[in-house]
Amino acid sequence: MPDIRTETMTVNMGPQHPSTHGVLRLVLELDGETVRSVAPTIGYLHTGIEKTAEQKKWQQVIPLVERMDYLSAQSNSMAFCLSVEKLLGLEVPERVRWIRILLAELQRINSHLVWLGTHGMELGAVSVMLYCFRERELLLNINELIAGFRMFPSFMRVGGLREDLPRGFHDAVRAFLDRFPQKLDEYEDLLTRNRIYIDRTRGVGRISKEDAIAFSLVGPIARAAGVDYDVRKVFPYLGYDAIDFAVPTRTEGDVYARYLVRVAEMRESLKICRQVLERITPMGAWAVADPRITPPPKDRVYTEMEALIQHFLIYSQGFTVPAGEAYVPVEGPRGEHGFSITSDGTNRPWRVKSRAPSLLACQALAKMTVGGLIADLIAVIGSVDVVMGDVDR
Amino acid sequence: MAVIGPLLVGFATTLKHLFRKPITVNYPEQKFPMFPKYRGKQVLMRDENGLEKCVACGLCSVACPADAIYLEAAENDGTVMAGPRYASVYQIHKTRCIFCGYCEEACPVGAIFMGKDYELAVYSKADFVWDKKDLLVPAAVSSPQPRAGTEAQTRDSGFGIRD
Ligand code: SF4
Ligand code: SF4
Repeated sequence: MPDIRTETMTVNMGPQHPSTHGVLRLVLELDGETVRSVAPTIGYLHTGIEKTAEQKKWQQVIPLVERMDYLSAQSNSMAFCLSVEKLLGLEVPERVRWIRILLAELQRINSHLVWLGTHGMELGAVSVMLYCFRERELLLNINELIAGFRMFPSFMRVGGLREDLPRGFHDAVRAFLDRFPQKLDEYEDLLTRNRIYIDRTRGVGRISKEDAIAFSLVGPIARAAGVDYDVRKVFPYLGYDAIDFAVPTRTEGDVYARYLVRVAEMRESLKICRQVLERITPMGAWAVADPRITPPPKDRVYTEMEALIQHFLIYSQGFTVPAGEAYVPVEGPRGEHGFSITSDGTNRPWRVKSRAPSLLACQALAKMTVGGLIADLIAVIGSVDVVMGDVDR
Repeated sequence: MAVIGPLLVGFATTLKHLFRKPITVNYPEQKFPMFPKYRGKQVLMRDENGLEKCVACGLCSVACPADAIYLEAAENDGTVMAGPRYASVYQIHKTRCIFCGYCEEACPVGAIFMGKDYELAVYSKADFVWDKKDLLVPAAVSSPQPRAGTEAQTRDSGFGIRD
């Protein structure tokens, strides 16, 4: 009988792998089933959006940044708008602020639903995936209702919103808010106390609080490790300080804790949505009344010469933004996210840099998985919720 | 029991779904109506006399973040449209277009609108470019503005999804 071979084996996982959430490629060194080293390779989804943005007018950048992190389109565009508005010194109307908060929170639920569905499926809970995507459909329908596009509504604009809310918006959101808590309970019935799920996730992919801070992890991963950091609380924007909500944290730092944190976050988001929906009046301002930035209404463009000229200027030249730099972080579904923009005083950005929470999570993958089993690697990749579009930009 | 109990709860949950009405839509036999604002394939409109509305100002083209629109202007002899200039060539490159709707927002005369067509697969590469004959509405159709914003919602607020 030949001797058992004991050398380690190098295995390539991804980029074409169903559980690497897009095109993440991991070069693994395996000793039997134990992971000895993990080297993530990124760049397979490089879109060059940051660079492309330098050739676009400010308002044109919005559909592009939405496509970076394709699961949090509304948060992306909101973050970009906030940064540009800071440079411009704009103060958006109160109604716009509430609508933005509402849409961003719905987007968070949307993103967490995709996460929960795919993560559950990878661990064998296929029904969770089907149920999550069923509820996500409602949220996508709200996007379609307000802007006509399901994934990338480009509804937020510098200076406000693309247009006013359509009729039936409140009813649609209310229908979702009424329906969703029972659905969340349903997912929890399937997973939270399920022995199989717990055995696959508890104690797996641990990261300590110190390490989480050292890797500058943000969002649910950091909060699951005990880092009590949420941009909405620490640097409130858009009026989050007037809203009552909690920031769920855990201390275990494992996959199960991340699951619990995200589910709790969805409940908190629901709470925020309810409070905010009350404050959104059915009619009202949807953009700043600044003629340099907000185009005149279409019926005036069709009939009045002045409005037509203004309309032409806005769409052909755009507006200029004073020279300077700005960075306004927002709490996206994956944590602190923002655009550091630099303007040289023209109608196009000089530089747009995205701070991507997924990239940081990618770097911490090795810390979480080395020493564990290769089967657990799938659970960990799923739990950090990397979106490759966000990593590669 | 501590192990079995939660599992039974889970099985009960999935079992309940067996008796619920399926939410599946049997596309392509069955289709959802689109919401009024749906942004699908663009349409070029005609005025009430069946003449083209586009004045070839090029505003849609400069507003397009994906540089998907190409157009050439030509002098009009009165047969194509009412005004002095019209677009002799008007092309939208389907694989560049990201359906953001900026062209529709930018058009000062309401000549281009985002339509409802979302079945955009084609057999040949050449068909990736839509030109005027693909985009213009047929001459017989008068042009009510498809996005007046006040139309009744076409899908119920449960969005066709039931429990
Ligand atoms: S929808 Fe957007 S990308 Fe497509 S042609 Fe219009 S402006 Fe360009
Ligand atoms: S479609 Fe509208 S914006 Fe584009 S060239 Fe014609 S008139 Fe101008």
